[in-house]
Amino acid sequence: MADGPRIFSIKEVNRYIKMKLESDHVLSDIWLRGEISNFIHHSSGHMYFTLKDASSRLKCVMFASHNQRLPFIPKEGMKVMARGSISVYERDGNYQFYVNAMQPDGIGSLYLAFEQLKQKLEAEGLFAPERKKPIPLYPKAVGVVTSPTGAAVRDILITLERRFPSVPVLVVPVLVQGTQAAPSIVRAIKLMNRLMEVDVLIVGRGGGSLEELWAFNEEAVARSIAESKIPVISAVGHETDYTIADFVADLRAATPTAAAELAVQHSHELRRQIGRFEQRLNQALKGQLQDRKQRLERIKRSPLFQQPRRFLMEPAQRADRLHERLNSQMIRFKERKEQQYSHLLTRLEAAHPGEQLKYAATRRHTAQQRLEQVMNGIMRARKLELHSSIRSLDALSPLKVMSRGYSLLYAEDEQVLVKSVDDIGIGDRIKVKLADGRLDCQVLDKEG
Amino acid sequence: METTDQVLSFEQAMEKLEDIVSRLENGDVPLETAIELFQEGMRLSQLCGSKLDQVERKIELLIETEQGLQRNNFHPVNEDKGE
Repeated sequence: MADGPRIFSIKEVNRYIKMKLESDHVLSDIWLRGEISNFIHHSSGHMYFTLKDASSRLKCVMFASHNQRLPFIPKEGMKVMARGSISVYERDGNYQFYVNAMQPDGIGSLYLAFEQLKQKLEAEGLFAPERKKPIPLYPKAVGVVTSPTGAAVRDILITLERRFPSVPVLVVPVLVQGTQAAPSIVRAIKLMNRLMEVDVLIVGRGGGSLEELWAFNEEAVARSIAESKIPVISAVGHETDYTIADFVADLRAATPTAAAELAVQHSHELRRQIGRFEQRLNQALKGQLQDRKQRLERIKRSPLFQQPRRFLMEPAQRADRLHERLNSQMIRFKERKEQQYSHLLTRLEAAHPGEQLKYAATRRHTAQQRLEQVMNGIMRARKLELHSSIRSLDALSPLKVMSRGYSLLYAEDEQVLVKSVDDIGIGDRIKVKLADGRLDCQVLDKEG
Repeated sequence: METTDQVLSFEQAMEKLEDIVSRLENGDVPLETAIELFQEGMRLSQLCGSKLDQVERKIELLIETEQGLQRNNFHPVNEDKGE
């Protein structure tokens, strides 16, 4: 039994296997086709990932010295052709593929779905810049749709706290990976739009593989983001991760921290902004006052105030000119009126009635003479007539009769001729006219 | 004025302040109005500053349950899972 079975140390076995594998001329330089998954670009520069196909997977490492010359950035889900050798990581006893060259090999199925959905939504105009809603400058509340336990929510809250502590935050917890993730994200976005308590929404999660981020590449999520009335900032994964949600969101943030920075301005910046407003207020008011002052100065310097006499001279001259014009007008007016007067006077003199009076007097005189002549003629004729009448009358005169012995008997008052004995009573006084005189008599008796 | 300040959000106050600043800068206002605008602007600026100074913090977790919406104060769990 002294020559019993040899006991190997694990290290020896791993080293032996390593030597065996490395001496195999097939495994020392091979090409593999597969899809990258669980990709980690370590801070050392080395890349660690898994290559997989439909049924199997293989751990891979690509050292910094090799991957520096890579013509593309390897990503989760990418189909690649990789060249390298199989060897063993002695410490872990793992065999792995040491990649020294790699190139993209078509696109993986998830990638294909991604591209197809992207093209479809782009054709619908869902990514159009004019659809993007502006992120409010000073949100009154921020909504966060993400996992309540991840690094993302913590990064967002810390960043918000750091920048603008007084902004309220409303977190709606959702699943961010797995089959239930998309419906839960859609529900949350719709809930926020119903409540309308926040005016900006951060939707996202921390980094992960393409599969882990997949919910953010689903159509339902993309559409609910597009339909959101509240502006959406997408914050999915890392710098290099692009999802459909990023394209359709109103603003894409590289990381959750960046999303929080985009959602609210830093309070220091806001204070500076307020300070600038105050400065502008001061300057504007000062400008206004200066402007008024300058205008006042200009007015004070204006010729009106400097030489007020100059402004009186012109009106004075005008007054003088007007006065002169008035005078000359008055003189001309007077002259015209005098002319009119003398003209009228001449006409008046021409029409004087003196001549007519003389003529009329002559005519009157002539008429009077003729009248006198006529009258004298008439008078002489009448006188002759009268004389002959008197002569014939004298022959008929009662006096002539009386001279022949007849008398006239009057009542006492000599008014009434007594023609009947009945006119006189006995004792009455009567007068008797005779041709040569009168007798007063009294009736002694009467017969009749 | 004093009463509306109570409901004026930071955003509204900032917008009002900006509006007043540009109106005053436009210069097309009577001097009395300019002074009023200046005073109003300074007041709003102080209001905005005081709103920034508010340290009161409100983080709520909104959960839909069968009873309806539930609001809880939220303190994120300190675990780094990269989710």
